[in-house]
Amino acid sequence: MARYIIRRLIWGVALLIIVSALTFVLFRILPTGDPAKLRAGRLQNPKIIAEIRHDLGLDKSLLTQFWLYMKGIFLHFDLGFSYYSNAPVKSLISTRLPATLSLVFGGALLWLSTGLAVGIVSARKPGSRLDRTSMGGALVLVSAPEYWLGLILLYVFAADIGQVRIFPGAGSYVGLTGEPLKWFTSLILPWIVVAAGTAAIYARIMRGSLIETMSEDYIRTARAKGLSERRVVLRHGVRAAISPIITILGLDIAALLGSSVLVETVFDIPGIGRLNFDAINHSDFPIVQGTVLLAALFVVVANILVDIAYAYLDPRVRYS
Amino acid sequence: MSARGAETLPSSGGNLEFLDIGGEIAALSPLQLFWRRFRQDRVSLVSLGFIGFLVLLAIFAPLVVDILGLPSPYTPNSNLTDSFGSPLGPSGAHPFGVDQLGEDVMSRVIYGTRVSLEVGILGTAIATVIGVVVGVLAGFYRGWVDTVLSRLIDVVLSIPILLLGLGIGAACAVRGCVNGTIQPGLGVIIFLITLVNWTYIARIVRGLVLSLREREFVDASRALGASNTRIMFREILPNLVAPVIVYATLLVPINILIEASLSFLGVGVRPPTASWGQMIASATPIFNTAWWYMTFPGIALLLTVLAFNLLGDGLRDALNPRTAR
Repeated sequence: MARYIIRRLIWGVALLIIVSALTFVLFRILPTGDPAKLRAGRLQNPKIIAEIRHDLGLDKSLLTQFWLYMKGIFLHFDLGFSYYSNAPVKSLISTRLPATLSLVFGGALLWLSTGLAVGIVSARKPGSRLDRTSMGGALVLVSAPEYWLGLILLYVFAADIGQVRIFPGAGSYVGLTGEPLKWFTSLILPWIVVAAGTAAIYARIMRGSLIETMSEDYIRTARAKGLSERRVVLRHGVRAAISPIITILGLDIAALLGSSVLVETVFDIPGIGRLNFDAINHSDFPIVQGTVLLAALFVVVANILVDIAYAYLDPRVRYS
Repeated sequence: MSARGAETLPSSGGNLEFLDIGGEIAALSPLQLFWRRFRQDRVSLVSLGFIGFLVLLAIFAPLVVDILGLPSPYTPNSNLTDSFGSPLGPSGAHPFGVDQLGEDVMSRVIYGTRVSLEVGILGTAIATVIGVVVGVLAGFYRGWVDTVLSRLIDVVLSIPILLLGLGIGAACAVRGCVNGTIQPGLGVIIFLITLVNWTYIARIVRGLVLSLREREFVDASRALGASNTRIMFREILPNLVAPVIVYATLLVPINILIEASLSFLGVGVRPPTASWGQMIASATPIFNTAWWYMTFPGIALLLTVLAFNLLGDGLRDALNPRTAR
């Protein structure tokens, strides 16, 4: 077990090193524009640009630049400075992180609970009208673009411009430590949007998995023992059927931390995605680079956690 | 001959497992079995019909717009906005209303089909070819080839595609990338989709090949002296066609949504080219007054993606006899 975990950790670190190298290529070598000119902004005179180039180390060879960049990331967690505002990327990201975390974890809670509930109810009576409507509805939700769903919900329910003014609209987000109640209500619509598609996928997976589990022999045994149907389904069925959900939950949360940009843009939530979106408009590559690295870190960590959880639950995995 | 045999089947023989050809009993080929099951799946047939309709719409977009009597998608008309610059809503002449520039939304939605299908189908085709090649190599040769390729897949999968798309889109937005080889717009999006989504096909193909290469018919072919290349092309590839078609079909809607998302974020297809995502983006500032502008492109996107998802589900069920409906 310990050896397996160590092997996974080493590969995780290697993965992060490779991704860092890739982002270096993507954001330093690929763009045809000159970072020093971008950094100079309106002060486009050759002397200032030369100075900036020296400050940024752009006059050194690419290999030296790469070495300094990697050293910065892995020894000092230094992600560089924004071209646009000159602020360190690390602190820009950390001030924006709470909003994104609120959005993602609240959304995850919502999609997990609704997805499981709908999946279990559907699996109890496969082929029934209830099952067919909820699975059809699930497929529609999977197919709907989330930002569009967000706009529709705002159009219908937003307190400022909606037709039925119920929930706070775009730009109403406040921090949790400020006003907890306002924080909660302002996130209701974004949570629904974030959760809709994933809840639909979870419902489909849970349904399939539970239908398969319920045909196992030990379920018949449990029934024969005279257990209540509720107990059979929840204790014996769901418990075994839930493992594919656990596998993807971590990865979905990590992936959403990276792709929250769409929902944050629609609802004007000051999170990492929004930071990224604004950075794109200024060609502020250090910020984009920093967020890509952070997102990759989330994915790698989630992957390792899932693998370890799996190895813990299923001994066969360790030997493969 | 076999066509005539099929015609003489009794109409109630939907469950017949054998086809009567000239008095001899012949088993149905897997393709015939598949078609028989697929034909009974009404939802998939409707989806397939709808996708065919979209393809025709994309090809003949100028003609359709002409027949419907709509202005071309690139004709701004300031007469169609009121004195505050707000566009006019749906009317007889403009069934889906107009946008801020007075361009006809229905006409733009029709032209938007082109972008979505181009990205969806072209992006999927390239990603699928790469995915199959990598998957077959990794699964067939195993060992270090498999290790290297699988690790490569890990690396690609650890970068969220939207962020990567934002980065590449922004990096290539001004003067293109790699000295102009990758042009901004559609080129960047297809490049990005290919870069990331081959992994999806490659993983599945690798798994299939790992089990296929252990089958008896591969041993038989090897015993007959077949080379590795021949085994890969003649024995393994034909067995991959069905599952690859299913997963490629399910990849199309994903790619269409990626294009729309990137265009929504402003790093994909740019105006004046009509793309559904980009239309939703430019509808965002006025969505509370001009509901039609965000609604119709969104519905077009939803229906297209849904059709591909339903078709993919149907194909999978038809190809896999074990799936219970």
